[in-house]
Amino acid sequence: MQDKMDLLMVGVGGQGILLASELTAMAAFEAGMDVKKSEVHGMAQRGGVVSSHIRLGKKVHSPLIQCGDADVLLAFEQAEALRWIHFLKEKGHVVVNIMTLVPPVGFLKNFEYPRDTLKRIQEHPVSVHPVHAAKIAYELGSSRIVNMVLIGVLSNFLGISKEIWQTAIKKRVPDGTEEINMRAFDAGVSAIS
Amino acid sequence: MKAILSGNEAVARGCYEYGLHVATAYPGTPSTEILENVSKYPEIYAEWCPNEKVAFEVAMGATFEGARSLVAMKHVGLNVAADPFMSLSLIGAPGGLIVVSADDPGMHSSQNEQDNRYYARFAGYPCLEPSDSQEAKDFVQQSLELSIKFDVPVMLRMTTRVCHAQSVVELGSRSEYPVEGFRRDPQKFVVLPAHARVRHQWAVKRLARIREYAESTPLNYIENGDKKLGIITDGVAYQYVKEVMPDATVFKLGMVYPLPGEKIRSFAAGVERLMIVEELEPFIEEQIKAGGIACEGKIYFSNLGELTPDSVENGFAEAGFLKKRKLFSVPEEVIQRPPVFCPGCPHRGIYYLLNKLKAVVTTDIGCYTLGVLPPLNAGDTCVEMGASIGVAVGMSKARGSGKGIVATIGDSTFLHSGMTGLLNAVNDNAGITIIIMDNRITAMTGGQYHPGTGKTLMGQPSGKADLARICQALGASRIKVVDPYRLEDTKSVLKEEMDNETLSIIITNRPCALYPPENRKKIKRSPFQVDLEKCIGCHACMRVSCPAISESEQKTDKGNTKSQIDKLLCTGCSVCAQVCPVGAIYPAKGVDDAG
Repeated sequence: MQDKMDLLMVGVGGQGILLASELTAMAAFEAGMDVKKSEVHGMAQRGGVVSSHIRLGKKVHSPLIQCGDADVLLAFEQAEALRWIHFLKEKGHVVVNIMTLVPPVGFLKNFEYPRDTLKRIQEHPVSVHPVHAAKIAYELGSSRIVNMVLIGVLSNFLGISKEIWQTAIKKRVPDGTEEINMRAFDAGVSAIS
Repeated sequence: MKAILSGNEAVARGCYEYGLHVATAYPGTPSTEILENVSKYPEIYAEWCPNEKVAFEVAMGATFEGARSLVAMKHVGLNVAADPFMSLSLIGAPGGLIVVSADDPGMHSSQNEQDNRYYARFAGYPCLEPSDSQEAKDFVQQSLELSIKFDVPVMLRMTTRVCHAQSVVELGSRSEYPVEGFRRDPQKFVVLPAHARVRHQWAVKRLARIREYAESTPLNYIENGDKKLGIITDGVAYQYVKEVMPDATVFKLGMVYPLPGEKIRSFAAGVERLMIVEELEPFIEEQIKAGGIACEGKIYFSNLGELTPDSVENGFAEAGFLKKRKLFSVPEEVIQRPPVFCPGCPHRGIYYLLNKLKAVVTTDIGCYTLGVLPPLNAGDTCVEMGASIGVAVGMSKARGSGKGIVATIGDSTFLHSGMTGLLNAVNDNAGITIIIMDNRITAMTGGQYHPGTGKTLMGQPSGKADLARICQALGASRIKVVDPYRLEDTKSVLKEEMDNETLSIIITNRPCALYPPENRKKIKRSPFQVDLEKCIGCHACMRVSCPAISESEQKTDKGNTKSQIDKLLCTGCSVCAQVCPVGAIYPAKGVDDAG
């Protein structure tokens, strides 16, 4: 077990980030780590920016990650990866789901979607892992398992056994969807090299 | 057994384990989940009340009866309950009473960031402040014991990061306690001036005894380390201190009022430099300085917004204890994502129309406050729960006319504290228009029942307040009900009422599109789609600000992007179809009319 692992999950309300972070915290807890997790409720379902701080280790104090300390940044959306990049430490890992969500008021002034997000992320001294999670999910036959693909990708950095992930996923996904969710998880595990 | 719980879930668990009998609240972020989780334990009687004052009074009655009681509210809720909160100081809390104040530093979902520790001092109550979920549970027990021991209400002060952060908690089983029953004692329970004068002396002596207790309680403890730096801290700030200054000597306050003056004096004498790290106001710092002890705090740790491990680290760097770290530069504003009304939200059409009609809109607290944001831009004032009506009356009296002034208020907010405002508007013959946005639920906080819903927190059917009849009974005579999905009809009613000098009330009749979740299927109609042949790329549909509508890849000859509708998100409310100038938006299947 590592002494400390800081994970930051970011995206837009409605992308399934809170479920993903809950599953990750559960798996880490089952694996015997101290866990703290923090997110802000309220506006998330209404199209706002969502972030979930997950801190794992032998003993965790702060529920919030410090800038420059995150080991892994898991971004469910490209522009969000850019927004939170300063939380990542040097040589940290950023998993970027290749997709863009333009806000519904995107046509108004001051709401220009940023260009070259991936390129701007790659300018930082970090390992960038682009993932086409929606495409993988689509090939498996469901658009609702994108977050599970991304958890699969994330699991590569955590060293938690597959059995523990499986138990956590089975506990939290709707009955009858365990198999497709596990397949999505597995596809995520092998989505990056 | 252990579990991962949020601070709010942990308070609820504490209520269960430590034998609580009665819990009350009005929902408010970040406190809402406390009662939601308490209600999962059938051993505890739990109820939503119409407002915080009533919730406080119900909990007060329960503690008078000898029951272990709790009332929970957000920080500004305590302003509403301040009247009983203050006077109860002279009576006490024989059965035990916890007042949870969930403060919101940083205003994640609030109109101000007042520091309610001052309220505890104002009333002379002990104030306990947990720093994680385990303490949130443990402090329920400590608060109840303190409350019963000293016959005093105890404030359990939480903040957003403690309420909503999740951490590991050791679980126990429930202990049961008998409810002693009310003991008649008018000198104590009836605060006539003659009684209250005597009780005030009693309360002052009680506070002196609690001060003594503060010196010895294990709620306040010292973690010895490097004596060059001594830190006094409370709440979540303690966690940030441990993170960035792990070697310092730390005095952790679990009880932030009254302070252990003697213990602090000897702590200060044993360290070279004393720093106070607390969120929001210099509550601890000023009291320590008033005691003649030198310390530093707010010059390094801002009283604006919430603290973070980063801001605490910066503070210690500026104070010379740390070197500043080199970090990636913070990216310039990437893209704003202002929160918007949900697809199918009944508020959308109303604010779209109020903007078109150039109404002066005094709005109120709820989801519908978002109507102020672009592109709807309807909302000119918003202060606190229920203010919309009083403010509209004041404006109309000052300008000599109520024409064009519209107060918008939600159903839950109207029942919370809008009814007296309406009573006053009737009494004053105010010529304003009031729109009650009746979506039949307290939506902003996640869909809680209120007295107009017809169901209790514990799932029982209940009496159901009828808003139109309430308005009538308060003396209003012009009351109209509109379907906010029908823009033309609603617009003509709005215009007529805004143009006359009589008090008029408009009630919208569509339920919330999000809560309760079981209603979503009932609300969902055939989704709409855009005929890309007809779409002229004018973006009129986007001006209703719906998350289901976005720009498609297709462009017109002039290069304007055409619109598209996400079928999964669209509920078929038809508002966008009604604003499309060329009739390019139509139901995907059949002609399922929104009416």
